[in-house]
Amino acid sequence: MNSPAGPDPPVLQVNRLTKRYRSGERLLTVVDDITFSLGPGETCSVLGPSGSGKTTLLGLCAGLDRPTSGSVVLNGQNLGDLDQDRLAELRNRSVGFVFQTFQLVPTLTALENVMVPLELRGKPGRTWAWELLSRVGLEDRAHHYPVQLSGGEQQRVGLARAFVNRPRILFADEPTGNLDADTGEKVIDLLLEMNRGFGTALLVVTHDLELSGKTRRILTLKGGKITSDRDSDSIRPPEQIPQQTLSGDLRDSSRTESEPS
Amino acid sequence: MRSIFTSWPWKMAWRDSRSSRGQLLLFAASIVLGVAALVAISGFRANLKTALDLQAKSLLGADLLLSGRQPLTGEAEALVDGLGGTQAREVRFSSMVHFPARDGSRLAQVRAGETAFPFYGTVEVDPPHASARLDQGPFALVEESLMDQFQARLGEVIRIGNRSFRIAGRLRQMPGEFLGSNLVGGRVYIPLAYLEETGLLGWGSTASYRVYFKFEDGVDLATLLRGIQPQLLEYRLRAETVAERKARLGRILENSADFLNLVGFIALLLGGLGVASSVHVYVKRKVPTAALLRCLGAKAPQTLSVYLCQALGMSLAGILGGILLGVGLQYFLPGILRDFLPVDIPFNLSWSALAGAGLIGLILAWLFSIQPLLFLRRVSPLAAVRMDYEAGRQPFDWAQWLVRLAIVAAILGFALVHTRRWMDAVAFVLGLLISLALLAASARLGMMLIRKFFPGSWPYPWRQGLANLHRPHNQTVVLVLSIGFATFLMMLLYLVHQGLLGQILRAAGSGQPDMVLFDVQGDQKAELSDLLRGFGAPVLQDVPVVAMRLQSIRGKSVAQQLKDPGNTIPAWALRREYRSTYRGGLLENEELLRGRWPVGNGEGDGPPLVSLDEGIARRLQAGLGDELVFDVQGMLVTTRVGSIRRVNWRKVQPNFFVVFPPGVLEEAPQFHVLVTRTETGPRAAAIQRAAVKRFPNVSVIDLALILETIDELLQKVSFVLRFMALFSIVAGLTVLVAVVGNSRYQRLREGALLRILGASRRQVFLILGVEYLCLAGVAALGGVLLAWLGSWVLARLVFQSPFVPAFLPSLGVCLLVTAVTVLVGLLASRGLNRLPPLEALRAGAHRL
Repeated sequence: MNSPAGPDPPVLQVNRLTKRYRSGERLLTVVDDITFSLGPGETCSVLGPSGSGKTTLLGLCAGLDRPTSGSVVLNGQNLGDLDQDRLAELRNRSVGFVFQTFQLVPTLTALENVMVPLELRGKPGRTWAWELLSRVGLEDRAHHYPVQLSGGEQQRVGLARAFVNRPRILFADEPTGNLDADTGEKVIDLLLEMNRGFGTALLVVTHDLELSGKTRRILTLKGGKITSDRDSDSIRPPEQIPQQTLSGDLRDSSRTESEPS
Repeated sequence: MRSIFTSWPWKMAWRDSRSSRGQLLLFAASIVLGVAALVAISGFRANLKTALDLQAKSLLGADLLLSGRQPLTGEAEALVDGLGGTQAREVRFSSMVHFPARDGSRLAQVRAGETAFPFYGTVEVDPPHASARLDQGPFALVEESLMDQFQARLGEVIRIGNRSFRIAGRLRQMPGEFLGSNLVGGRVYIPLAYLEETGLLGWGSTASYRVYFKFEDGVDLATLLRGIQPQLLEYRLRAETVAERKARLGRILENSADFLNLVGFIALLLGGLGVASSVHVYVKRKVPTAALLRCLGAKAPQTLSVYLCQALGMSLAGILGGILLGVGLQYFLPGILRDFLPVDIPFNLSWSALAGAGLIGLILAWLFSIQPLLFLRRVSPLAAVRMDYEAGRQPFDWAQWLVRLAIVAAILGFALVHTRRWMDAVAFVLGLLISLALLAASARLGMMLIRKFFPGSWPYPWRQGLANLHRPHNQTVVLVLSIGFATFLMMLLYLVHQGLLGQILRAAGSGQPDMVLFDVQGDQKAELSDLLRGFGAPVLQDVPVVAMRLQSIRGKSVAQQLKDPGNTIPAWALRREYRSTYRGGLLENEELLRGRWPVGNGEGDGPPLVSLDEGIARRLQAGLGDELVFDVQGMLVTTRVGSIRRVNWRKVQPNFFVVFPPGVLEEAPQFHVLVTRTETGPRAAAIQRAAVKRFPNVSVIDLALILETIDELLQKVSFVLRFMALFSIVAGLTVLVAVVGNSRYQRLREGALLRILGASRRQVFLILGVEYLCLAGVAALGGVLLAWLGSWVLARLVFQSPFVPAFLPSLGVCLLVTAVTVLVGLLASRGLNRLPPLEALRAGAHRL
């Protein structure tokens, strides 16, 4: 299952990763003996039906959760060796996040939301945050609060914030999951463009076959295991994928972009 | 926690508070009342101290006071004359004062003095210069309350003994006197020159003979007193200087201020509980933001710092509000406590008092808010990715326990500062914790019972209102604690007040004595007894009283005992005048503890065996067989302790420390006390009038006077305590407003949902009303039950009287507290129904 890494050392190296949860009497294996790695600037989607362990895998890779066994080496550091505060520091310096539900702090303006990761480090970042907001086309909404922005705009603020610390790797969890098709497509293009611009590796969990088709590599999960790991070129066009494979995950195409309140 | 000293958490805290500043201020309101109480009382206390320092000399009205129980002997007069300075004499005694115009009499404290006194301070009297008239003839200054009682007017005549006096002024305040000075009967000042004409100071009368001194500056009083100490002991004169009186009064007043401080502190604690509870709900809402910050790389302490900064800001706002309110209250406190104060209290801001009260408020408010905030340290960043993420079992959190311990330590520390004794401080903390635990238990039990036995057939709004009590984060228990505790304080005060009065009434129950006539001379006894019988009042007891002093105890003279540095017997017990009786048996309110009584005639050849009350025996450290020598007006009588009795002092009858056997004191100078039962008020008044006219020297104490005196004292004390309890109940209501504000959006959403489903505004309002009704009902009932328990414990252990639950007043308090709570709750909830349902749903969803 190992993917060939480039000449540079991988940004993310996952080795025999397993995560089990106890649910009453039963022991559930959510992530089962997964091994893969991601090189600098490499883009990779994780596909799979609900409950296949995608988000759990993402959480483990980003150091948000501890594995039952196996290891994750992120940017050369074994996450198992780091305590919670060192993990936080690593995330702050080397990792970016994009969330399905945007996760903007409701009490901060767009600009302030983007500045948070730098301010946590005590670095002034106003100009750089402003520049990023311009890149995502929101310089005129910089002083608006999340509740005053549309879903697409909120996600663009999320993108600006994800790149504000020039991360080595970006984890995206269903970044288009709450957006309509058109807006989603714009966000994906922006995401990939910034990803290329910053040379950031990208691991995106998604149901969106269009998005996964735009990443270089696709991992498919089922029952906590990787069932396939291939380049996106080798994936069949969406219309040829058997419905039952992703039936549980396919979203209602009529989803709408949430209106500003 | 170094991160709190960096700028980011403060910046983030400010930004994050944008949407919830109103709510945070509402939390802060919970502690405003408590801080205000502390500021007001601490500031008042500081002002009191300054006033005592500035007006020290007016506390005594002189530089030195010498007082004795007998007229000064020739040698004593020589000593007094030798001391020099300006002098003023005064004789104090109790006597009946007759108001002929109203045909009424009452026992009063007569003070026959010279107008030179007071040397310092001014007599508050109406008209202002009335006291000077005492130099001009037989005029009197009469206590305001006494004049009001008989509706007496200036210029009217009163009769004291055989002499009439014209009322020259209404007396309000004498320098250095405060509550207690005017309780029994009120004061009447007359010129010393006319004392003899009253004919009241016959042999055996109880009086205090006083000489006030004013010295030129530079006289060293301490040295002067040291030089005459042996003579003072010999002549049985007591010396009191300004410094001593200041220390004594200061101690009493500081103790009272400490007590009030503790009551105010309870209001602060209730507010603290409110803060903790509100912050707890606030924290739940802040979990997603905390998880996100963790995801973006904030360390746990950094995340926590943001909310600690908010808590600190909130606490500071509450303290600022409390200080402002407290300063305002401090302005009114001297008026409220006027009756208790010997000096005029100026209004000055005491910065140290403000800082002290502010600091304790800050410490408590912060500790109470830290406790729930600590949870944010444990928020997993995973919660930002997975909405359904739930943390597993949390490991033992030592920090939580450390904060709880710090809270208890802070309470203990505060109690220790104000009680100055470890035992008292620990008792305060334990009492408080037990009371709160009992209230919490009664809240849970009450809610469980309502839930279990509430009729399922009742209309939906009633069932829904009840179910709301169990809504997550509803803070029902905290509200019950706050409102219940305030109810408890108010009800307990009422029960103790009524219990004490009831005890006196029971003591004078059917067939029991209700009037005591004392200072009856031997030749007046038969005629007075006839007079009583003529009114249908039987003479229940005729008790001879002989005044005496202790000369020596176990062979060591009282003078030696007093000089002995190792002496542990209180000086008052050695020096006092013992008014003893003689009889053969025990009375029904007496119980023999040790020894034998009565002793048979001729039993033993030694000195007569006397019986001691257990209390005085303990203080004199006297046991069976110990020798006591009494000086019975010049004749030394050697006795031995033959028995120890327990005396129920609450009976309306003369009770004695020392009882002699018959056959020893019969020939000694004595007066008699007659005890009777008048049955009715009008008969008691008629007897008093007749007795005073016929025997002006006889003093009469009736049950009405005792009840009135105690009621007056309790009224004044409980007014102050109720004022303090008010802080608690307002603090409780503030917490209620904060809780309602805190769950506003939850309620908004619930209301909107119900309205979408077809509920009318009236129904939604009714549901809220039912919720507050159940909550307040449980709280008030818990408070009343706890007050019953407290009053029962006090009745059993302290007052040794039966417990009376006072059902109707308890019901009244329950209804009042419930009505106020429902009203405040509904007022705080107004506006919830104004938004259209869909808008309300959306607003609720955003703020949840």
